[in-house]
Amino acid sequence: MSVSLLVVQILNGLQLGVLLFLIAAGLTLVFGVMDFINLAHGVQYMVGAYLAAMFVTWTGSYWLGLTLTLPVALAFGLLLEVLIFRRLYGRDHLDQMLATFGLILFLNQAVRFLWGSEPLGVAMPDILSGSIQVMDGLRYPVYRLALIVAGLVIALGLHLAINHTRIGMLIRAGSTHSDMVAALGVNIRRLFMVVFGFGAMLAGLAGALVAPILSVEPGMGDNLLILTFVVIVIGGIGSIRGAFIAALMVGLLDTLGRAFGPQLLRLAMSAAAANQTGRSLAPMLIYILMAVVLFVRPTGLFPVKK
Amino acid sequence: MTGGTAAAANSSRAWRHPAVWLFAAFLALPIPAHFGANAYILSFATHAVALGLAALSLDLMLGIGALASFGHAAYLGIGAYSVAILSDMGHDDLLVQIPVAIAVASVFAGITGFVSLRASGVYYIMSTLAFGQMLYFLAQSLSAYGGDDGVTLAARSRLAGSHLLASDLGLYYVTLAALIAAYVLLDRIVGSRFGRVLGAVRQNPMRVRAVGLDPFRYRLLASILAGSLCAVAGVLLANQSEFVSPAFMTWQRSGELLVMVVLGGMGRLWGAVLGAICFLTLEEVLPGLTDNWKMVLGALLILAALGRGSRLSQLFKGVGR
Repeated sequence: MSVSLLVVQILNGLQLGVLLFLIAAGLTLVFGVMDFINLAHGVQYMVGAYLAAMFVTWTGSYWLGLTLTLPVALAFGLLLEVLIFRRLYGRDHLDQMLATFGLILFLNQAVRFLWGSEPLGVAMPDILSGSIQVMDGLRYPVYRLALIVAGLVIALGLHLAINHTRIGMLIRAGSTHSDMVAALGVNIRRLFMVVFGFGAMLAGLAGALVAPILSVEPGMGDNLLILTFVVIVIGGIGSIRGAFIAALMVGLLDTLGRAFGPQLLRLAMSAAAANQTGRSLAPMLIYILMAVVLFVRPTGLFPVKK
Repeated sequence: MTGGTAAAANSSRAWRHPAVWLFAAFLALPIPAHFGANAYILSFATHAVALGLAALSLDLMLGIGALASFGHAAYLGIGAYSVAILSDMGHDDLLVQIPVAIAVASVFAGITGFVSLRASGVYYIMSTLAFGQMLYFLAQSLSAYGGDDGVTLAARSRLAGSHLLASDLGLYYVTLAALIAAYVLLDRIVGSRFGRVLGAVRQNPMRVRAVGLDPFRYRLLASILAGSLCAVAGVLLANQSEFVSPAFMTWQRSGELLVMVVLGGMGRLWGAVLGAICFLTLEEVLPGLTDNWKMVLGALLILAALGRGSRLSQLFKGVGR
């Protein structure tokens, strides 16, 4: 395997990792702070991508489209919170799964109804189109690099917001001792609403960011949702730091496993067998990782102490 | 508890038990289907009965044992691929396929349960989901069996050498017999010492531990039992559709099984069967009314979760208890 191929795959893995982190960050907080299983987080990512597709077409500019997407995704998340989610806090996990499963069916069909089944494309901003020379004999699309940088910047911002601001302190306190926080006079319901809306906005942002390089279609969030669950379970539910590290681990393992798994196996077995085994094993790697992590640490790598 | 009616057939009030009505309706169903113009009803009913068996097995975990497995469809896949792979190897008799499916399901449930059951709450739910996905991707990579596209079965399975399953009616009654046998078995189990302990673990694991029993063992055995029964459902489902693909074990299918059990009312076994029938009937009827039926179904699920007392079997409150 050549070095440039390895670099490309590492960049691809990082890109998947930061994307997973953007979605997982909101989900892990909703899980951790509210003890709420939100299966509908993946469709919020899809809604973000559709909003971006719509606004970019309307305004003719990616940046304007992105600027419009964020508040609308936030408002949409808050609307869902008011209409559905806040009625399910403190209820059985099964009720939450049932309702959010219903929401997946509803929204997947709703976008099909509104925008049709055909995949939509989103024009890339001119300034980020094209590719640049990363190293000898290796060009990489600028947009994908920008995606990685944007993800890392947002991760840093979240880290600062959670650990060094008043609202971040309340969120951290709420995730371990929500009754005590409420007893101290904090409006915990409003805190929940903020966390929820913010998580929905991050998922929507992730959708808007990848819209130019993926096709925007119904059900696009369904499989990503499962990867996100893997991330937050490995990282430890409620932990932003855990979500970040686990997201990069999952992104890299999945990408590198698919790219190099068969080649590595070829060292140990015949080419044909290595190909078949590699293709079978590669998609399973992250689930094996999760099983190993759960076996060794049943509450994830960075458990939030209750 | 359902267990209190373990000997439903012997009780003088047996006719009042909803399960008896439910199964009587199933037994009689081919009569109108025979005279009616729509032969499709029988195929739909076979599908519903097979998934009813899958939901029933999940209820042992979810309703009795409070184990919200989000990967139960994996066992449907194990059953279905047992049929596809064994038929391909020339073993097309249910007497071979069902034991193999049960054995594979038991091993899978044993290994994954050993890991999952160490975790609790959300971690348990998510780890079962992950194991289900693992099997899904494994099936997707089986290029000899069509990979993602799946494989069409050359013929339905035989039963002890006979071609009973070749007729739709034969397949229907064999599937129904499997459902009724599983119901009677689980009803007995729920009423047995094992079932009582499993129910006690749901209510208070710590007290169970305090009286010297190990909740882990009971939960593991319940998972193995539920997985095995669900694999039988997979064997029958594959015969009904005469087609096997990874779509048997998507996580959405696992979610649907959970929905069926919750909708029908947990912990009463027949509720899961009723939930399966109602869910599948909705899936069948709604598309005839509107193109956007999934929005209607989704909204119904949301309302069902939001509204208390909306669960189907609460209509039958006091009956069969």
